[in-house]
Amino acid sequence: MADTITDTTGMAFLETRRSRFLTLWLPLSVFLFVLLFPFYWMVITTLKPNEELLSREGNPFWVIRPTLAHVHKLLFETSYPEWLWNTVLVSVVSTLLSLLCSVLAAYAIERLRFRGSRYVGMGIFLAYLVPPSILFIPLAAMVYNLGLFDTRLALILTYPTFLIPFCTWLLMGYFKSIPLELEECALIDGASRWQILWRIVLPLAVPGLISAGIFAFTLSWNEFIYALTFISSSEVKTVPVGVVTELVEGDVYHWGSLMAGALLGSLPVAILYSFFVEYYVSGLTGAVKE
Amino acid sequence: MDRILDNRNVLGILFLLPAAVLLLLFLTYPLGLGTWLGFTDAKVGRSGEFVGLENFAFLVQDAVARLSLFNTLFYTIIASAVKFVLGLWLAVLLNERLPFKAFLRAIVLLPFIVPTALSAIAFWWIYDSQFSIVSWAMMRLGLIDRYIDFLGDPWNARLSVIAANVWRGVPFIAITLLAGLQTISPSLYEAAALDGASGWQRFRHVTLPLLTPIIAVVMTFSVLFTFTDFQLIYVLTRGGPLNATHLMATLSFQRAISGGALGEGAALATLMVPFLMATILFSYFGLQRRAWQQGGSDR
Repeated sequence: MADTITDTTGMAFLETRRSRFLTLWLPLSVFLFVLLFPFYWMVITTLKPNEELLSREGNPFWVIRPTLAHVHKLLFETSYPEWLWNTVLVSVVSTLLSLLCSVLAAYAIERLRFRGSRYVGMGIFLAYLVPPSILFIPLAAMVYNLGLFDTRLALILTYPTFLIPFCTWLLMGYFKSIPLELEECALIDGASRWQILWRIVLPLAVPGLISAGIFAFTLSWNEFIYALTFISSSEVKTVPVGVVTELVEGDVYHWGSLMAGALLGSLPVAILYSFFVEYYVSGLTGAVKE
Repeated sequence: MDRILDNRNVLGILFLLPAAVLLLLFLTYPLGLGTWLGFTDAKVGRSGEFVGLENFAFLVQDAVARLSLFNTLFYTIIASAVKFVLGLWLAVLLNERLPFKAFLRAIVLLPFIVPTALSAIAFWWIYDSQFSIVSWAMMRLGLIDRYIDFLGDPWNARLSVIAANVWRGVPFIAITLLAGLQTISPSLYEAAALDGASGWQRFRHVTLPLLTPIIAVVMTFSVLFTFTDFQLIYVLTRGGPLNATHLMATLSFQRAISGGALGEGAALATLMVPFLMATILFSYFGLQRRAWQQGGSDR
């Protein structure tokens, strides 16, 4: 145990304080500043009254008379609340639908080991590599022909195309780590496959389910190209599409409410993420590692 | 025993059914349909006639389509290279002994998790020609004498969208590479140091070789996402000025959805497939795991 501790400390004692500042703290602070500045800028712009926004006098990095006017305008004079509701609805339903399909598929591929399961596993991985940018045109034609154009259902049915491959791939990894003996014991005791999945495998795979769920939820919340293509009425738009297409009116940009819209649309995923960072990171790295 | 085997296959198909139906219907089928549409003169709301290679022949001699191919390659190559260098650097920094390590790692990933369309709007404002905060700060520091027209000049616009793409992509690369770095045993570095290796040599001959497999996977994903990028361009420039930032994805959207020429847009989207295949094959065959990275020896 003592060995591993000295190991992780590494050779840091060889470094002087000054070189550590130059090689570590300085570049790290620059990285953090650049990565976080746009968020700070979103907040500050949201709180600035228009006359401060559109003036080159004074210090733009700070706000002198903060106001919630932009947020108020956004919530009460635009369809923003509707967009939020649509985004929540579409994200939650498509995430749950994808999780259900993925759990069954991952269990079948990883544990039932039916004939050809290896190839199905490969197929799922390849499906993961198909980008939405080459699918949206034929999908638009399909959505139109199926009479789903301009409905939330169009999004709920198409989002699983990128969620299921990802979730299945992630869950396959989790299922692999559950000892086979547990299942064999249950089989001998007369449990059905369904009972095994429901009572033994799923409870043990809860961390994987959370990872997949969180990731799928943020992916659908952030989705843009399908929502832009399949939806045209304001009342069924999602937040990213609504902000981009409806809040920009003519040549006069209402930067305050645009930034408020961007901020409020980012907050839900950011808050969710902050509660489940570890799950999110393990989902991210787990999906890449295999 | 027969019954169980039988059961396995039947049950396997049953369990697979919901996922398979959704994927076949909304992924495999449109993939084929898209290729087919590329050979037709379909318009929005009207299925077209087969026109052979007409769309492709048109696109090959179309100056805007050619420019979009150049833009896409430029965007992908520059952005991926910069993301790789900065991402690896950030990963190495985060792998050091730091206070609040978990917190720092959580914060670093923020640009990656917020909706790209929304962070792009923040960049739009940062790049504003009159009120850009970057121009303001550089003026104050005396670096420039008038405001930079970030999105109005072709080359400025190209570099500005690349910068925004890098901002969003670096966290993804850094965090996934960090996971790879954490699996490298510190004793290897100590051994190298005892043999007199400098910091750079330790990085070059210990870290980099051991990290290659995960770099290959991460960069493949990064290149695929960058090559097919859409939202950032759509929000920041819509392909302008003078089509200087049109990527193949944004141009196919413009032609197919805004312009209604589904067939032509689909042909353009289909033209992206060979590049994607090449990337995947290159990473699969060129950067695969090597035996020595697992402690074995090369053939």
